[in-house]
Amino acid sequence: MTTTRRSLLKTAGAAAGLGVIGMPALAQGAAGKIVIVGAGFGGATTARYLKRANPALDVTVVERDDRYVTCPFSNYVIAGFRKLDDLTHSFDGLRKAGIKVVKGEATAIDTATRSVSLGDGTKHAYDRLVVSPGVDLSFTGVPGYSEAAAEKMPHAWKAGPQTLLLRRQLEAMPDGGTFILCAPANPFRCPPGPYERVSVVAWYLKTSKPKSKILVLDAKDVFSKQGLFQAAWESEFPGMVTWIAGKDGGKVESVDPASMTVKSGFGSETGAVINVIPPQRAGAIAHAAGLVGDNGWCPVDPMTFASTRAANVYVVGDAAVAGAMPKSGSSANTQGKVVAAAIVASLAGRTPGAPALFNICYSLVTPEYGISTTDVYQVSDKGITTTPNAGGVSVRTPTTLNERKLEAEYTVNWYKSITADVWA
Amino acid sequence: MGIRVPAMVLAVWLLPLQVSAQATGPSGQAMAQTCYVCHGPAGKSDGPIASLAGLPRDHIVRQMADFKADRRPGTIMNRIAKGYSDEQIAAIADFIATLK
Ligand SMILES: Cc1cc2nc3c(=O)[nH]c(=O)nc-3n(C[C@H](O)[C@H](O)[C@H](O)COP(=O)(O)OP(=O)(O)OC[C@H]3O[C@@H](n4cnc5c(N)ncnc54)[C@H](O)[C@@H]3O)c2cc1C
Ligand code: HEC
Repeated sequence: MTTTRRSLLKTAGAAAGLGVIGMPALAQGAAGKIVIVGAGFGGATTARYLKRANPALDVTVVERDDRYVTCPFSNYVIAGFRKLDDLTHSFDGLRKAGIKVVKGEATAIDTATRSVSLGDGTKHAYDRLVVSPGVDLSFTGVPGYSEAAAEKMPHAWKAGPQTLLLRRQLEAMPDGGTFILCAPANPFRCPPGPYERVSVVAWYLKTSKPKSKILVLDAKDVFSKQGLFQAAWESEFPGMVTWIAGKDGGKVESVDPASMTVKSGFGSETGAVINVIPPQRAGAIAHAAGLVGDNGWCPVDPMTFASTRAANVYVVGDAAVAGAMPKSGSSANTQGKVVAAAIVASLAGRTPGAPALFNICYSLVTPEYGISTTDVYQVSDKGITTTPNAGGVSVRTPTTLNERKLEAEYTVNWYKSITADVWA
Repeated sequence: MGIRVPAMVLAVWLLPLQVSAQATGPSGQAMAQTCYVCHGPAGKSDGPIASLAGLPRDHIVRQMADFKADRRPGTIMNRIAKGYSDEQIAAIADFIATLK
């Protein structure tokens, strides 16, 4: 009996790697050891929903930091209406839910023997592994830029000291100075993020340093919620923001931190404060484990987010290639729930149900002016696609409902809800 | 011997299961869990967005149908409700009605 069951589970495990799983419900809620790399939006959600679905599971999260600071709302720290402390979440909630949180750097994954190595030499064996390391910044992607240069020209694309540095620079900037933001090509973490940052920085400058200007040098020709953002820049901060598309020379050719200049097809521009958002790729551990494709991101089975490159491994969040889904905390959150259900089903030898995938990206233009883009996704042989005639952006022309004001309030409510869902 | 037979039975088993999982779409629970990012974990919200936990099934179905048909104005629910079939809305409401 024991032998039969063990070999059946083995069959299911091997099949899972090929994205074909399905067995009679032999062992409802079967136990297993799950290791998760990263306690961010994707990893912590997966841990939470695994434990909720089956408290008998042994769930360990490996995380390099003591606390998690969210990128969402970090633009508001830069603009001065939120504190970094408000964005900092401890892992006590995860621990209380029965999840082991191990502090350390995952440095290697052996997918053959199913074990994760940490920087301190310890090893963690797993039945299923979830990798949610987020992005690494590609400092070499912009000539002249480097980790050292980022101390003068912050990226602030990881929340923490870089966020505070950009805030201090803006506070110190003289009235009449130019703030330059260099936006990357697709794909990158948080498609509306650079433009939300431009908006709330404009709001701060309009209030505190009204003679200042903002120049956006963009590698792209179009961007997320573009119509809404550009209309808002005109109505809320007339004349302050200039956006240069890639086709008009916006793509940055090089930066020089010593002279505080940015060279692009548009010319050589000097800024008082310069924010360089470099290109990105899946976190280093995904590369070390051989989970990435040629494009630097991790291919997955869209039904389950199982890696197509290693058996018993799942990738969620920014690191994964998820079709039409943007790299957002909200995407990572629904993906984590899909993976949790897929792992529980796979351990029990059941076919997982179809995935429910969703995204919402709220952005503030000012503390009282919110806009959004949302989608409900479908999974088919075409991968992950948006549902036709659904989703999309906020109304172009607000009605008596006062949409902008309401969506600003709902932005704050979204943050409370999602962070409670993930870490509380 | 007894070890190999189930593996073969399994292969035969697989096809109808895969097809039915895709044809039926996500479960009510899976879809309802995507609502939590705004309506709060387990449908309990702390803020101006309403809690879903505690709402009667028929109320949820009616509100979602009204959002979907633009009979009820909203900032975002109209865009979200249009992403679900009437059957899916019923399945979501069935699950939410079980939340305390
Ligand atoms: C300015 C800005 C604004 C944003 N605003 C929004 C928003 O309003 N809404 C939204 O939905 N999204 C927003 N995002 C995007 C969001 O932050 C990301 O999409 C989200 O964090 C992705 O989750 P993840 O789990 O993939 O990665 P992360 O949240 O980055 O988590 C990865 C975790 O893994 C850890 N880690 C990585 N490698 C290792 C390793 N080898 N060993 C141990 N630990 C490791 C990291 O320390 C980190 O804690 C924004 C991003 C930015 C930059
Ligand atoms: C992006 C945030 C967001 C998500 C995700 C979301 N909602 Fe909503 N919901 C709202 C807001 C905001 C309102 C108020 C109406 C509006 O402005 O659209 C609302 C209102 C409602 C109402 C009306 C409540 C009442 O009694 O008046 C129902 C029912 C509802 N939502 C159900 C759902 C369901 C079911 C889901 C998941 C399929 C969901 N919502 C997902 C933001 C959200």
